Amino acid sequence: MTTTMERVASRPVVARVRGRVGRSGYLLAAICLIVCTVMLMPLVMSLLASVKPTEEAAAAPPTYVPHGLSLDSYERLWSYQEGLPTYLANSFGTALLTIVLTLALTVPAAYGLARFPVPAKEVVFVVLLLALIVPYQALLTPMFLMFARIGLTNNLLGLAILHTAIQLPFSLYILRNSILAVPRELEEAAIVDGASSWQALIRVFIPSCVPAIVTVALFAFVMSWNEFLGALVLMSQSSRFTLPLILAASRTETSLGGTDWGMLQAGITISVIPCVLVYLLLQRYYVSGLMSGAVK
Amino acid sequence: MRGSKRNRLVGIAYVAPALVFVLAFTAYPLGRMVWMSFHNWSLITPPTFVGLGNYDRALHDHQFWVSFLFTLKYTALITPILIVGGYLLALLTSDNSPLRRLTRTVVFVPVVIGLGVSSLLWYWLFSTDFGLVNRFLEDVGLISDPVLWLGVDADRSNLAIIASVVWKVLGFGMILFVGAIQAIPTEINEASLVDGASYRQRVTRIILPLTLRTVLLVTLVSVIGSLLAFDQFYIMTAGQPRNETATSVFYVYLNSFPYLKLGYGAALSMVLALTILAFTVVQLLLTRRSHA
Repeated sequence: MTTTMERVASRPVVARVRGRVGRSGYLLAAICLIVCTVMLMPLVMSLLASVKPTEEAAAAPPTYVPHGLSLDSYERLWSYQEGLPTYLANSFGTALLTIVLTLALTVPAAYGLARFPVPAKEVVFVVLLLALIVPYQALLTPMFLMFARIGLTNNLLGLAILHTAIQLPFSLYILRNSILAVPRELEEAAIVDGASSWQALIRVFIPSCVPAIVTVALFAFVMSWNEFLGALVLMSQSSRFTLPLILAASRTETSLGGTDWGMLQAGITISVIPCVLVYLLLQRYYVSGLMSGAVK
Repeated sequence: MRGSKRNRLVGIAYVAPALVFVLAFTAYPLGRMVWMSFHNWSLITPPTFVGLGNYDRALHDHQFWVSFLFTLKYTALITPILIVGGYLLALLTSDNSPLRRLTRTVVFVPVVIGLGVSSLLWYWLFSTDFGLVNRFLEDVGLISDPVLWLGVDADRSNLAIIASVVWKVLGFGMILFVGAIQAIPTEINEASLVDGASYRQRVTRIILPLTLRTVLLVTLVSVIGSLLAFDQFYIMTAGQPRNETATSVFYVYLNSFPYLKLGYGAALSMVLALTILAFTVVQLLLTRRSHA
């Protein structure tokens, strides 16, 4: 009774306070708009600079808004050194291999840990999460030496293996939690129907864990597409460079003598597009993955 | 049935590929790094055992300390900005009105692009003659001559790089803080309104204490990320001037690859890994206590 009374009584108070907030609401809305403008400005400026004509893109001091439109910078990027298609293929290839490897390793491992009496389960789990404790930046020298011996340097699979090693703990953690949340009844129904554990995984668990699988694939893609230091260490032939590597190299090695700023902006725009698209399309998975991943 | 031998074998079979992978590509390199750190090795000459020689050398290596202290300074400067800035943005945008949602989406966009690519973008913006930062500061009359932001003065370079990284990762903390603020039961907020609490009182007495665990976790993630900083310095200053802006990871990279001092690079990696581990442990202990 008292709680109901209090709730009824509280309503006008809440409304009154909200009304007061409403008056400062314009100020807060203005702050929101300013924040949005400031955050978007660098990307917008880069996009604008990428469509400036060659001369304007190299002007000092720079112009804010292009006086003319041109795709010259993109054309120069297209045929820069080995050509943009090569670098895009390297970046996409590594990212796809990373997604495939990560899922192929962590889906079964998460299933095994979540549903089977694996001996010394805690120890196994901690070993699998080892990369959380040891930063990969510290392991690059021994990894490079090992990869050089077995022919995995200057090799997309080698870079994908490194990216998978980085991404494995997060992926395993997300997938294990997702599999643990699958109701026992679903699994038991499948087993009563005579399904093997493998069939149960394919027919019951994977369909139930689609959101977790999408999250894992999304994070694997974004990490691999963006990762810099590992690629810098493992790839020494420019034909094997990923997009961030060739862009970083392009600052000093251009046909124009100095940095080709227009081409650099074209490259930045092209690198940013897949990440932003994937994020806008899969925002829900992104945020949920971040929450469950960071708040261990 | 559940604990049967067969089930155990099936479980092992499912876990085995991932376990073999981690043993080969994380545990083995880790063991190798420890071994290397006790040896002198330059690829051309065979490795010779030097005990703790590499570690002793690090203690007396001027550049090691320059890098280590610079990394600590960078971390100490950027972490409060990220945490306070992210929290203020979270307070601003934690309502679910369309404008707040939009602001959250926009602030988060730089988080999804690569640090390497964002560093290249800011390398351009901070460029002395071709960059828009100097152009803008001149237009509003804050400076009369172009400023040499990157690679000439360590502190000024650090400032420019911090600005760029704040832009890039501010949304990370914000999104997690918004999640924590939204998880506060509405009854608690309403009760405080009934009691006539001001907004400031609600923030300091209710919202902050109830989201403290997330604040600590984000601090942990930010500190570790900053201690491992590399891309932004490699791209924006290349460690200049005189390697004063070469971070710890940068110095490990320099020793291992261009200089090929593999044993010494491994010892520096060990120091780095142990530093990170210490922070992880301290912060996790703090987090656990606040959770209880």
